[in-house]
Amino acid sequence: MDTILVVVEQREGKLNRVSWETIAAGQAIAAQTGWTLEAAVVGSGVAAIAGEVAAKKLAKVYDIESAKLEPYTPDAFAHVLKEFLAKHPAKLVLMPHTYQVRDFVPKLATALETTAISDVIGARHEGGKLLFTRQMFQGKFVADVSFAGAGPCFVTFQNGSFRADKVEAGAAAAPIETVNVDVPDGVVRNQPQEVFKEAKQAVDLTQAELIVSVGRGIKEQKNIELAKQLADALGAELAASRPICDNGWLPMDRQIGSSGQTVAPKLYLALGISGAIQHIVGMKGSRSIVAINKDSEAPIFEIADYAVVGNLFDIVPPLIEEVKKAKS
Amino acid sequence: MKILVCMKQVPQKDAPLKLNEAGTWIREDVSYEVNEPDAFALEEALRQKEKHTGEVVVVTAGPARALQVLREALAKGADRAIHLEDDAFVGLDAYNTARAIAAAIKDEKFDLIFTGLQSDDYGYAQTGVILAQILGWPHATIIMQIEKTASGIRVKRELEAGFFQFVDMPLPAVLTIQSGINKLRYATLIGIKQAKNKPLRKVTMAEVQSAMGGNLQKIEKLYVPQKSKNTEFLEGPPAEVAKKLVEKLKNELRVI
Repeated sequence: MDTILVVVEQREGKLNRVSWETIAAGQAIAAQTGWTLEAAVVGSGVAAIAGEVAAKKLAKVYDIESAKLEPYTPDAFAHVLKEFLAKHPAKLVLMPHTYQVRDFVPKLATALETTAISDVIGARHEGGKLLFTRQMFQGKFVADVSFAGAGPCFVTFQNGSFRADKVEAGAAAAPIETVNVDVPDGVVRNQPQEVFKEAKQAVDLTQAELIVSVGRGIKEQKNIELAKQLADALGAELAASRPICDNGWLPMDRQIGSSGQTVAPKLYLALGISGAIQHIVGMKGSRSIVAINKDSEAPIFEIADYAVVGNLFDIVPPLIEEVKKAKS
Repeated sequence: MKILVCMKQVPQKDAPLKLNEAGTWIREDVSYEVNEPDAFALEEALRQKEKHTGEVVVVTAGPARALQVLREALAKGADRAIHLEDDAFVGLDAYNTARAIAAAIKDEKFDLIFTGLQSDDYGYAQTGVILAQILGWPHATIIMQIEKTASGIRVKRELEAGFFQFVDMPLPAVLTIQSGINKLRYATLIGIKQAKNKPLRKVTMAEVQSAMGGNLQKIEKLYVPQKSKNTEFLEGPPAEVAKKLVEKLKNELRVI
């Protein structure tokens, strides 16, 4: 029987919660294929995480250990998992699509002369073939992608594609096997320094109930004022997509998305935001989404509750007036 | 420092895209532009050259139309260009693209290779890292700053949720560059003139084919995503739309 291996992510000895979604994905694929589902945690002194994971419905959990795995480097992670997979072959290796995974999985897959299907949002077994769905062209299209070759096939899942609360618990704790892998001197070439935060985050957008967010459609720095007036009228926080912060039109701590903050307000009002994947992952959990965009095919409309196709510079000024009227 | 910048031509951000008849790719009759993170990668290479002297070489794999990306790069200050020219380069997976580029530069000696962190079409975010593995070089991804040190370079990696990390690494190395690492320059008129006389090497598919294999991933079907939400479109003149929207905000969403 073929094996599916989920590699959970840990940072400084703590399980990254997004790993539960990957286990849910693994369980869903195992249910469709009948393959064996196993999990692995990779690190130094991470037995406690293996124990936490073993409570779920899994055939086995590996605790893959090496002192050289801390701090994280792509060289050590790729080396250790390559060695492990040589002894414990898997057909599929699943991981969350985090920055860390993006950093080492293409290297690992190439070292094994195989491939990684990245940023996947769904999986299904159809006609004896596994199909993985991923977004393309910035979310304007999705593609069903199949895998060729001897494997293992690596698949990385976008945040929020599977529900962490759907993970099935096991009837009994899964057996845990500790695997020590040697990383010879010279394998690790990068020397990472301490992880740090640039500046104290001045604004905590995660607590905001209402957010007005601006994207490229705002065109010029001076137009930010228009969005601010709308935010003020609504009593909302002002946020932005990455390009706006890259340009310095709003400070970095107002950025929503994979490299910024993840928010779930009552209202997310997107002005001139097309809805690239990197932005969507930071706001798709919002209770309601209103999008104003001139491009009727903008991916943001896929997830909007209310949509306005049109020029934001025509719509926002009367909108500000209407909001003020409604509030007075 | 001798730096190679891998660049890609992708459909323009707001170009309306249509599917081909087979539903496997888009129709190619759209406007194209340089992949945005690649533009930042080029800018960073030009800045490093200005600081430390050296050479900036740009490479792309794509049809004849992709030459435009190289021309613009030369106009901005790149010294020479390599064009892996064939329509078939569009359909390669990231592994094959990296193998083709590695084969095309096998006689060169670069200190650094930059790529954008991902492309706006496939969005693999893999080609740079794969290229590093093929060449046997160290790599670092999502880079926001690069400084030369006595023994190599110190780079600033962007992590998630506002965290960063400095990494010291030896050369040669591959770096994938994040958008916003610098401010992009415009090509000058003189630059555009000079670009015409800069060296451009064309590489055919036949020259690199022996380094490549079959694609390991295949797009079975490309399609418009099914809507997961029941989106209500509000229509009419701006003043009317504004009224309708406020009514929704007040009575349906109850946020006013």
